[in-house]
Amino acid sequence: MSALLEINQLKAGYASRIVLHELSLELEPGEFLGVLGPNGCGKSTLIKSISGILKPKSGEVRFDGRDLLKMKPEERARVLAVVAQNTILPPDFTASEVVLFGRNPHLGAFEQEGPEDWQIVQQAMEATDCWQMAGRFVSELSGGERQRVLFALALAQQPRLLLLDEPTTFLDTFYQVEVMDRAAEWLRAEPKRGVLAVFHDLNLAAQYCQRIALLSAGRVLALGTPAEVITAENIRRAYGASVVVVPHPVNQLPATFILPGNQK
Amino acid sequence: MKQVQDLNKLEQMVGTREKEPSSPNPFVRSQSLVFFSTRKRRLTLISFSLLALVFTLIICVTFGSVAVPFATTFKVIWNHTIGLLWPLAPDYTKGMDTIIWQIRLPRLVLAACVGAGLAGSGAIYQGLFRNPLADPYLVGVAQGAAVGAVAAIVLPLPAFIYAAGAVQWGAFLGAIAAVAIVYNLARVSGEIGNTTLLLAGVAIGSLGAAVTTLLTYLHNEKLATIYGWLLGGFNASGSWDNVSMMFPYLAIGAVISLLAGRRLNVLQMGEEQAMQLGLNVSLLKLILVIAATLMAAAAVSVSGIIGFVGLVVPHLVRMLTGQDYRQLLPLSLVWGGIFMVLTDSIARTVLSPAELPVSIITAFFGGPFFIYILRRRRKFQGRQA
Repeated sequence: MSALLEINQLKAGYASRIVLHELSLELEPGEFLGVLGPNGCGKSTLIKSISGILKPKSGEVRFDGRDLLKMKPEERARVLAVVAQNTILPPDFTASEVVLFGRNPHLGAFEQEGPEDWQIVQQAMEATDCWQMAGRFVSELSGGERQRVLFALALAQQPRLLLLDEPTTFLDTFYQVEVMDRAAEWLRAEPKRGVLAVFHDLNLAAQYCQRIALLSAGRVLALGTPAEVITAENIRRAYGASVVVVPHPVNQLPATFILPGNQK
Repeated sequence: MKQVQDLNKLEQMVGTREKEPSSPNPFVRSQSLVFFSTRKRRLTLISFSLLALVFTLIICVTFGSVAVPFATTFKVIWNHTIGLLWPLAPDYTKGMDTIIWQIRLPRLVLAACVGAGLAGSGAIYQGLFRNPLADPYLVGVAQGAAVGAVAAIVLPLPAFIYAAGAVQWGAFLGAIAAVAIVYNLARVSGEIGNTTLLLAGVAIGSLGAAVTTLLTYLHNEKLATIYGWLLGGFNASGSWDNVSMMFPYLAIGAVISLLAGRRLNVLQMGEEQAMQLGLNVSLLKLILVIAATLMAAAAVSVSGIIGFVGLVVPHLVRMLTGQDYRQLLPLSLVWGGIFMVLTDSIARTVLSPAELPVSIITAFFGGPFFIYILRRRRKFQGRQA
């Protein structure tokens, strides 16, 4: 079976510093793949390179056999959508107007939004439970509500690949679970979809990912199921932090506990 | 056809603003004076504004040292336009015809074009930089034009070159050169950073101001001419020739403004987010900078440096009709024209028969307005925090 997303020897970074060193990673159709790693390990650089914000130095990224890096921006935005943390929302727009931006890649150069675009906006907002705030200004929404709107925006793009860039940062427990549940649900709704999610929270990653890639200094340190990757030894190697990993009492997935004051 | 009806129904639903704040209709905007911009409302607003512009023009033509009745004004304009096909009987003198068609109207039409160009380009820059304080002069248009114009004034050029509009072309090319330099300075490994662009604009701007001052200092025999150009206005330049010189650039800018609205809306999400939403941000920036610069440079070349129009008018429109660039851009163009026609009429008549430089009038409106915007922004940020 061929991979949905293939990242081959990806080398990316900024003028003075290479962040990703020939990273290779594959995402199977229907897979929820997590990316973990300490700050500065290249998680965000990876998301930026795939989504076309950052031009990689070398390497290739293929989606369903097609070269993502050579696609036009609007083509790419029809294939993949990003839900990030702390996204700017223009204050003078309503929630539904912002979600309508998701239709941008589907519109031709001289085209305007039509009724079917509004239909898709409504469906996306209903799916993320924010239809009732469609007429409210985004500046009036709470953090959790904003994240629902941003999720709806990503859905309105009708992508096949969802990139989650720590979308649960700054959210309370309820919304954290909600966002991840929603992504998992979206993934299951149709075959040949994929979710690539960057996490800070080891426990959240363990609960939702089928496989996890643990990055360290721009390289894959460990790749496998949550139980294979999230071990006290791997966490110490990647983060330099001492933790205890035990099976989750309900579903036996790895659950991580920190040890205060015991670094190294 | 059915689809179109559905769309209208949907848009009506979206656009309705109900009286009860807790409306069950989820599209209803809450706590706002700003309406959702439906296509129909947009077209209504734009057509209404265009009518207002025509009306303002006709009214303002009647103002002046020689009183001309409204009916005569209307007839003269009619006979020179639509009346070429269906003429009305001319019950006015040839002198009246000259005053209206050769003197007052071209001046006001030029003022409308200049106002539209400055305001339209201001609206584009504000949207591009996502900064409500941006205006065409911030990226070097004014100082570049000044260098070009003053250089043309002080150079010992033969008379026929002056007759061919050397000062105008100097200003136009100077403005474009300044923006081109600023744009290239701001390009860091292919990307145009907003902060770098504005800083480069400030740097090139002060350099340009220094050159202008130096040229003026070295050629103080031409001081009056230079000063007159720098002050700006339509006293000397109001002719149909100048209107037709400026119009193509305005038309290019206007067409691009109409097409760019949706994309500028998406850009308000921030550049990275906009790229992820399928926008070719660098291409959009390049096209919009070119469009805005052509409009502003053409405006400055025929009018000299008139401040605040590019800043104030887009803001007024924004406050009245909201942030949606699909209507903000065309409305800024039209209301920029109206604003300029009105301020020029004031400048022309308030001390009649003497004339005030129009930039004094725009600054009289612009200064206090600027302060108001700053205060309002602070209040708004206070509410958000």
